[in-house]
Amino acid sequence: MDWASLAEWTLKSFALIFALLGGFAYLTLFERKLIARFQVRIGPNRAGPFGLLQPVADGIKLIFKEELIPAQADKIIFILAPIITVVPALVIMAVVPFGPPIQLFGRTISLQIIDLNVGVLYIMAIASVSVYGIVLAGWSSNNKYATLGGIRSSAQMISYELALGLAFTGPVLLTSSLSLAEIVEAQRHIWFVLYQPVGAFIFWISTLAEVNRAPFDMPEAEQELTAGYHTEYSGMKFALFFMAEYIKMIAVSAIAVTLFFGGYRGPFVDQVPLLGPIYFLLKVVGFLFLMVWVRATLPRIRYDRLMAFGWKVLFSLALGNAMLTALGVLLADMFQNSLWLWSIPVTTIAFFLLVAYLMRGSIAGGNR
Amino acid sequence: MSEYLPLVVLFILSTLVAAIAVALGHLFGPRRPTERKLQPYESGMTPFGPGTRRMPVRFYLVAVLFILFDIEVVFFIPWAVVYRKLGLFGFVEMLLFAGILEIAFVYAWKKGALEWE
Repeated sequence: MDWASLAEWTLKSFALIFALLGGFAYLTLFERKLIARFQVRIGPNRAGPFGLLQPVADGIKLIFKEELIPAQADKIIFILAPIITVVPALVIMAVVPFGPPIQLFGRTISLQIIDLNVGVLYIMAIASVSVYGIVLAGWSSNNKYATLGGIRSSAQMISYELALGLAFTGPVLLTSSLSLAEIVEAQRHIWFVLYQPVGAFIFWISTLAEVNRAPFDMPEAEQELTAGYHTEYSGMKFALFFMAEYIKMIAVSAIAVTLFFGGYRGPFVDQVPLLGPIYFLLKVVGFLFLMVWVRATLPRIRYDRLMAFGWKVLFSLALGNAMLTALGVLLADMFQNSLWLWSIPVTTIAFFLLVAYLMRGSIAGGNR
Repeated sequence: MSEYLPLVVLFILSTLVAAIAVALGHLFGPRRPTERKLQPYESGMTPFGPGTRRMPVRFYLVAVLFILFDIEVVFFIPWAVVYRKLGLFGFVEMLLFAGILEIAFVYAWKKGALEWE
C-alpha cells in the first residue's frame, strides 16, 4: 500500500459518494417534475429557475426540523437504523464500472472503486444487508404501523431476492465471470438483453420490489400504514431513509445497465474514453425515467398478490430462464457455433408466454 | 486481503457521511419534547397496548422458505461461473439438483405455504 493509491481510493470514494448524493437530490426533483407532468400539473417551480434549487431548499429545511425520538423507542437502534439503511445503498455501486480506464497524471485510473472478481456476489450480499436497516427502524420505533411496515418489507425483499439472484445467472453464464468489468467487456458486440430478454425483465421487476418502489411500495403504503417503517422518523433521519431509497434506485438502474445493456459501451468509446461515463449516465437516466413512469401508471399491488406473484410466477420464471440459458450455452459450446445462443431468447420467451398463460387469472384476476 | 482496501475506505467514508447527516439534524434541529409528542403515532388516537406485538406466523414461514431456496440460488452462482468448463455434465447435474429442490417447492405450493390467508 502506498500513499498515492490511498489518495486515489479516497478521491474516488468521495467522488462516488458525492455523485450519488447529488444524483439523489436531483432525482427527487426529476421525479416530482415528471409525476407532475403525468398528472397534468407543473410541479415545483418556485425555488430557482425551473425549480432547480428545490432539492437545496428541501435539504436545508430538513436540517432545521425537530428530531423526535419517541419515549418508548429503543434509542440507540432508532438512531443507528437510518445509518444502517443508507450505508449499503452508498457502497453497492463500488463494483460498477463507470467507464473504460483513463490516463491521468501518468497513472492508469479505472473508473470503478474496485474490480472485485466476485462482483455479482458482492452486489447480492450488500442488497441483502439493506433489509436490516428497515426492519430495525420498524422494530425500534415501538409503533404498530412501523413494526408492520418493517416486517412486511423484510418478507417482500427476501421473497424477490430469489428471483433477483437467479436473474444474475444469465449474464454470468454467458461470460463465465462474476467481475462486472468483464461482463461489460463481453458486451462489446452485443448487449445481453438480446440474449436475455426475459432475464432482464425479471431483474427489473424484482429490483422494483427490492427498492420498495411503486407498484411494490407496500412497506410504506400511506393509506394503511401511514408511512410504514419510518412513521416515527422526522428531520434528517427521515431524509436518510428517503436518500437510501433514491440512491438504491440509481444503483439498481446502474446494475441493470451494466448487466444487460452494455454498461458504458457505446459507439467510439474505444477512441474517446470520456464518452463512456456519458453513455452510462444516459442509460441510467433512461431506467430512472421508466421507474417514475411505472409509479405514475400502475396502482399498488395487494400484499397477498405481491407475495404470490414473487413466489409463484417470478421465481418459477427465473428458474426456467436460468436453465434454458444454460441449455443454449451448452448447445453453442457443443456445436461450436455461437448462433445457437439465439435459441435462448426463443425458448425463454416461449417459456414466459407459457407461464403467463398458466398463471392467468390466478394473480391479478378474481378475488384470490 | 489487500485488494479489498478500497472497499474499506469507501465503507468508512460512507458511514462518516451518514453519521454527519444524522448529527447535523441533532445539532440544528429544535428540541421541544412534550408528553403527547413522544407517544407513538397512532393517527391521533391514544395508543393502547405494546407497540411491537406478535407477528402473524406467515412471515416466519416465508423466512424459512427463503433460507431453503436462497441457498439454491447461491449454488447457482458458482455453477454459472464454471459452467462452460463442465459442459453437459454440469447441465445434467444442475437439472438433478434443481429438480430435487423443485419437488420441495411444488410440495410447499400444494400444501398452501405460498398462499396468504
